[in-house]
Amino acid sequence: MIAALGRIPAQGGQSPPGLLGYFSAHRTEVLHWLWWHAWLSVLPVLIGLVVSLPLGYLASRRRWAYPALVSVSGLLYTIPSLALFVAMPSILGTKILDPVNVVVALSIYTVALLARVVADGLGAVPEDVAQAATAMGYTPLQRLAKVDLPLAVPVITAGLRVAVVANVSLVAIAATIGVPELGQLFTNGFQLSSTGPYYPPIVLGIVLCVVLALVLDLVIVLVNRALTPWRRTEAHR
Amino acid sequence: MIVFESVTKRYPGGTVAVDHLDLEAPKGRITVLVGPSGCGKTTSLRMVNRMVEPTSGRVLIDGADTAASPPAALRRGIGYVIQHSGLLPHRTVLDNIATVPLLLGTDRRRARSRAMELLERVGLTPALAKRYPAQLSGGQQQRVGVARALAADPPVMLMDEPFSAVDPVVREQLQNEFLRLQEELGKTIVFVTHDIDEAIKLGDRIAVLRVGGRLAQVASPAELLARPVDAFVAAFVGRDRGYRALGFAAVSSLPFEREETVRLGEALATARDRLNGGWVLVVDAEDRPQGWLSEDGARLAAQETVTEDALNLGGTLATEDGSLRELLDAALSSPSGRGVVTDGEGRLLGSISPSTAVRLIEERSSAPAGAPGTGEEA
Amino acid sequence: MSNALTWLTDPVNWQDQLGTPGIPTQLGNHLAYSLAAVAIATVIAFPLGLLIGHTGRGTPVVTFANGLRALPTLGLLILLYVVVSPHISGRGDAPYLVPTEIVLVLLAIPPVLGNTCAGVQNVDPAVRDASVGMGMTGREVLFRVELPIALPLVLSGLRSAVLQVVATATVAAYVGLGGIGRYLYDGLAARDFAQMTGGAVLVAALALVLDGVLAGVQRYAVSPGVSGRFGTGPAQAGARVAEAAGKASVPA
Repeated sequence: MIAALGRIPAQGGQSPPGLLGYFSAHRTEVLHWLWWHAWLSVLPVLIGLVVSLPLGYLASRRRWAYPALVSVSGLLYTIPSLALFVAMPSILGTKILDPVNVVVALSIYTVALLARVVADGLGAVPEDVAQAATAMGYTPLQRLAKVDLPLAVPVITAGLRVAVVANVSLVAIAATIGVPELGQLFTNGFQLSSTGPYYPPIVLGIVLCVVLALVLDLVIVLVNRALTPWRRTEAHR
Repeated sequence: MIVFESVTKRYPGGTVAVDHLDLEAPKGRITVLVGPSGCGKTTSLRMVNRMVEPTSGRVLIDGADTAASPPAALRRGIGYVIQHSGLLPHRTVLDNIATVPLLLGTDRRRARSRAMELLERVGLTPALAKRYPAQLSGGQQQRVGVARALAADPPVMLMDEPFSAVDPVVREQLQNEFLRLQEELGKTIVFVTHDIDEAIKLGDRIAVLRVGGRLAQVASPAELLARPVDAFVAAFVGRDRGYRALGFAAVSSLPFEREETVRLGEALATARDRLNGGWVLVVDAEDRPQGWLSEDGARLAAQETVTEDALNLGGTLATEDGSLRELLDAALSSPSGRGVVTDGEGRLLGSISPSTAVRLIEERSSAPAGAPGTGEEA
Repeated sequence: MSNALTWLTDPVNWQDQLGTPGIPTQLGNHLAYSLAAVAIATVIAFPLGLLIGHTGRGTPVVTFANGLRALPTLGLLILLYVVVSPHISGRGDAPYLVPTEIVLVLLAIPPVLGNTCAGVQNVDPAVRDASVGMGMTGREVLFRVELPIALPLVLSGLRSAVLQVVATATVAAYVGLGGIGRYLYDGLAARDFAQMTGGAVLVAALALVLDGVLAGVQRYAVSPGVSGRFGTGPAQAGARVAEAAGKASVPA
């Protein structure tokens, strides 16, 4: 896909400068936007995870909490991201361009996605393993920390991967209301194309977004591997 | 009758699942295919309804080559029951049973009333008709699976480990009811199992297959236990075959002895008077044996009369027309050393000692050859 | 928020005026763009998903479609607009509409395709085996067995397609398309935060209503035997017991 898109500037190659030329001309801004984009994508996932763990634990332990969690998170997930970005200032009292709006809005999405995943992951620990841990004398809290949570890691990291990849795309949308990140490449490209197609910033933005998503995804995969050594030995058998 | 004529199934990788199988499954009988995993028993079964196409050879049903009819039409005329029922989760129990009649174009009302009939026939209450499969226990699901296979009244049924996924108690119930049903219906059945005990219990004929899909032996259950053709079949049939073979040896005339009894509720003093070798048999008002009372039990009992909690329940019961296996077991398990024999209604006839049971077994062994076959219908 | 409420309840905003369409018109536009995209995507992805799920052939197509999800939607939208719109010398909205619809369709395809395919593939092999064994043809197995069982997943794929499309159609106002997104971007340009927030509330409400309608369809269309909604009362208690018994009886 990236290769296919890379060919487009070649077709429209008459418009100087090309992709690399554009990048070297705007290196400082682009790297700054990339840095911000990464932060705005990752921070909500970290905040979301911290909030989701207790929520998901509660939902996996209390019969009433699970359906409540599913309906509330389903409802939150329904709201279009742009609407949430725009509505944030009147809820938080922030300015419209404040990046906090993006962080809070995306944290809400992450919690909506992840709390349910955590609940499912903790609930999916095999009954015999849970019973054996209790029988050996683990207290409920010890069992959570030493048994349930480690075994739920693969499920939770799968949810984190979805969240982080979605966030990279959603963060870009915030550029249309003026938040500076890689989405600026799209809006700039759009404005520069008003007289005739000008691809370099748009394609550069797409490439950087995809690369950022892949890198963040890879980081989570590596963390997952580090946290679950027993699955590696299984794979090698 | 189903006939396998030199049927071979070879998969593209070169694996031979079934190797030149020649086998007849007689009309109205249960033919069991049994063997370890990888012996091709399921593949053989599935070649009957063309779920698997043979690489070479033919399968005939009542003389007609199955390859000649279109697969779907062929299958609609053959009942099919599998291990995990395979009920359609989105349809009610009633509609599940009616599946094949509806495929055949029977109108809905007739198909449903037929399904209702079958529901009761397999021992389920009509209240379950509107339930969905997920609302049934494993055993109930298997019963529905059997009812569904019977719905279009096919002359031939294929059953692939239908009772393997349920617990032992339910399995035994299902097996017994299956035998009762077959007695009424007389279908031509091919039944696959990995469990030799199930094969011996259900089969009229048993085909033992070995890994690589070759037929090792075809025989009646009694013959299989008495004369396994080679070491493989002997090992597969397993230990205790001598003892298990007794299960197919019916007892015609029993030389049982009279047994003194005492009724529940009679005075303990009476019981003590009737002790024989330290034990007396306790029966209820209808003369049905309830258990044995020992000398110690009679002395230490809290009440003045014979009550149930003082009884030893260790002995099994043998019925008059049962097998030698039952008889020997009753004699060996009885705390008094005397095996209790009852009639068909469970009323006491008398008792038999282990030595008498052994004498009966010896008489049977010295009987002319061919005797094992007499128990085939048991 | 209260400003947004004032904006939303102002009757002037609910009427079409010269050059500025009212709320009902924009809602209608938004709905039309979204539903058209989902309909086109469904016509493409649903049969394809059934086919791939049923035959097991062509799964790379699903993997490829899922890979498209990693692309930033705004980038895709603007790229397609810049590429396509110069070639459309149409009247009215066409230069905005065509590229936007293409992106919306591209967005809606992966969830419908993936879920349809997964739904059919996830059907219990024993159920499929029994259906074939009873004499169903391939077509009968697909439409009488696999599709009804896959329906919850198919519909949830459709729901997430609708949500994504409604959300992205809002963003499409950035390149000039009509719809509720207009209020967000026009409000931003005019520093009219009441209008912006009001638009945000409208689009959130639209998404919630559409999702609610589809949830209702899902509830109505999916067999209780598949969804597990057996109704209340003793039947459900029986189900729990049966389920426990069923689980207990399956050898580990």
